[in-house]
Amino acid sequence: MELHDITTFFSFSNHSLNVVILGTVLLGITTAVVGCFSFLQKRALIGDAISHSILPGVCVGFMISGSKNPIYLISFSVLSGLLSVYFMDFIKRKSKLKNDTALAVTLTFFFGVGLMLLSVIQNSGNAAQSGVDQFLFGQAAAMLESDLIIYGTVCLITLIIVIIFFKAFSLVSFDVNFGKSIGLPVRLYQFLLTTITVIAVAVGIQTVGVVLMAAMLITPASGARFWTNNMKKMVLISGVFGGLSGVFGAFISFILPNMPTGPWVIVCLSALTTISILFAPSRGILYGVKTKKSWNDKLNRENILKAFYHIGEPDQDFEKSLSMNDVIFKRYFTSKQLTRGLKQLKKENKLTGINGKWTLTLSGLKEGKRLAKIHRLWEIYLTKYLNIAADHVHDDAESIEHVITPELEKELEKMLGYPEMDPHEKEIPYE
Amino acid sequence: MDAFVILFTVILLASANGVLGTFLVLRKSVMIGDAISHAVLPGLIIGFLISGSKNSFPMLISAAISGVLTTLLIQYLNRKSNLPKDASIGFVFTTLFAIGIIMVSVYADNIDIDADCVLHGELGFIALEQNLTIGEMELFPLSSLNALVTLIIVLLFTILFKRQIFVTTFDPQYANTIGMNPIKWDNALMALTSLVTVVSFEAVGAILVIAFLVLPVAAAYLLTTKLNNMMILSVVFSMMACVIGYYLSQVLNTSISSAIVTSMGVLFCLSFIFVLLNKRRVTYEGS
Repeated sequence: MELHDITTFFSFSNHSLNVVILGTVLLGITTAVVGCFSFLQKRALIGDAISHSILPGVCVGFMISGSKNPIYLISFSVLSGLLSVYFMDFIKRKSKLKNDTALAVTLTFFFGVGLMLLSVIQNSGNAAQSGVDQFLFGQAAAMLESDLIIYGTVCLITLIIVIIFFKAFSLVSFDVNFGKSIGLPVRLYQFLLTTITVIAVAVGIQTVGVVLMAAMLITPASGARFWTNNMKKMVLISGVFGGLSGVFGAFISFILPNMPTGPWVIVCLSALTTISILFAPSRGILYGVKTKKSWNDKLNRENILKAFYHIGEPDQDFEKSLSMNDVIFKRYFTSKQLTRGLKQLKKENKLTGINGKWTLTLSGLKEGKRLAKIHRLWEIYLTKYLNIAADHVHDDAESIEHVITPELEKELEKMLGYPEMDPHEKEIPYE
Repeated sequence: MDAFVILFTVILLASANGVLGTFLVLRKSVMIGDAISHAVLPGLIIGFLISGSKNSFPMLISAAISGVLTTLLIQYLNRKSNLPKDASIGFVFTTLFAIGIIMVSVYADNIDIDADCVLHGELGFIALEQNLTIGEMELFPLSSLNALVTLIIVLLFTILFKRQIFVTTFDPQYANTIGMNPIKWDNALMALTSLVTVVSFEAVGAILVIAFLVLPVAAAYLLTTKLNNMMILSVVFSMMACVIGYYLSQVLNTSISSAIVTSMGVLFCLSFIFVLLNKRRVTYEGS
């Protein structure tokens, strides 16, 4: 790899290279966009089934045309792909086989037949046959201008169909029964969607081959799902992922000529999706971990403040200086939890700490008091309105005290008529 | 003699797959089996690089480990990130397979796992292998021995743990209450699947392993509701398909494994049609 290669790549001055880049990008975008609908229909692996089932079509197309004419190959691919989808649905409808078994049966049967035809072709001695098996692994880097024109046109038509029928396809993907009930031609839309999925697979195979095709459809959609709940945005993000990976794949196979393009496209897609799964805001794994942690911290802090309040309550002396052991004696914390909570509370100015002795500040006292109040009000509420025995209400109150908002707090006070004692004869502290 | 060795080997493999596939179909984990059969590729290559030879023990072990890791990764993604199960499967196995292919190209000079082997396997070459010998006596090739050992392992597993697998398959909650951990048994099953996959991989190719695991089993599943019958039927179907497929491949001059899979597919279709016709007759009689 040399700097020179990199500049050549990004100056887009090499014509045959541009053909490859444009091809992989268009194929990447198309499959990624169409894949969103498969993903939302919960048929993520349908791409895998279709891509394998296309092989008999390719072979028959080759046998009939006697050459690798892309138009023949694509039309017969689409036919056998459609056939496989309907075969699969038929098995599912008419037998007790479950989803995944029906899918695997279809995939393997069609692919087995395809491989058999392929070996017939390979043993036939037809000179033009070399490269039909390229189809199995993808051959993006070998794309010619004449191929690009055909595949590019198919991609553009597919994308235009998606744009025109965007609403219909979304409806079919989310709620078929609703569509039926308002009298839409749902079956027609489903057929159209299946057809463009098959077409996308048939052309997408050119980049990555049979096995990895499932990823071209589903990986960008899976990643995009983590960033948004909006269908349009999801399709856009997915398309961008697909396009970027196409460029990346073409780039790698340009600077490292012995490298296959397809697997690098998939590795790039997978990297983008892994980043999404980990780091996406609000749905990503790390975000979940962080929210859970900050929530646990909040619970911990509030429990500590309440413990301080309870210690001071009997003689109404809330300015006591307490050691960590005093607190643990009142309520059990692990020393790690307690240290962490005390530190955070000091930062929030709810406690002051000198020489390992901790004292409530005014705002800390207020907070502790409030928590104790809500806890006791809730216990009254449960005994009074839900007729729960007084000795069964503590645990529930223990968890609700952390989530009650000031508005709810006021309402609770009003509803219960500012009671003075809780069910365990403890005083309810008001401001 | 060649035909006998090839048929013998492939029938052993198909039987092992037929028994194991029964569990996978019933547990709705077929596509996980498919994922494993692809995702063992990087494991195979790492094992090969470590040991320096094919058909070696390290290769089997590292492939089996990567199979189990695949399962765990799929489960983790599914649980932690709410990615639907089938999307997790598709995501994980394609990523690993892509990495595997890249490794094949990087180490192309020292590995003779080529594209053709991944697709068709090397059943036809089994007869060319040197036979194992004991003293003066010539026995059978190493691949056949591998297949035999695999079948024995699968059968032993089935006989010893049938009850556990049965309970965890049909009633995981109940299994939990009597102290069987369904996840543990699931992982054990997946480890076994990885092993069988790796051995079959060499013979029939990565993509067709799943055919051996699912087609005869699905055909048997349509015809019976008893676990034992289902296993026996699927083994019978596997054997029939092997014999028919082998002769088909000789007549049509095609690769052996694809002809066997095609025969399995046809057997499935026959069983499906049989069920459809029977159902219709039952409805007529009822009305």
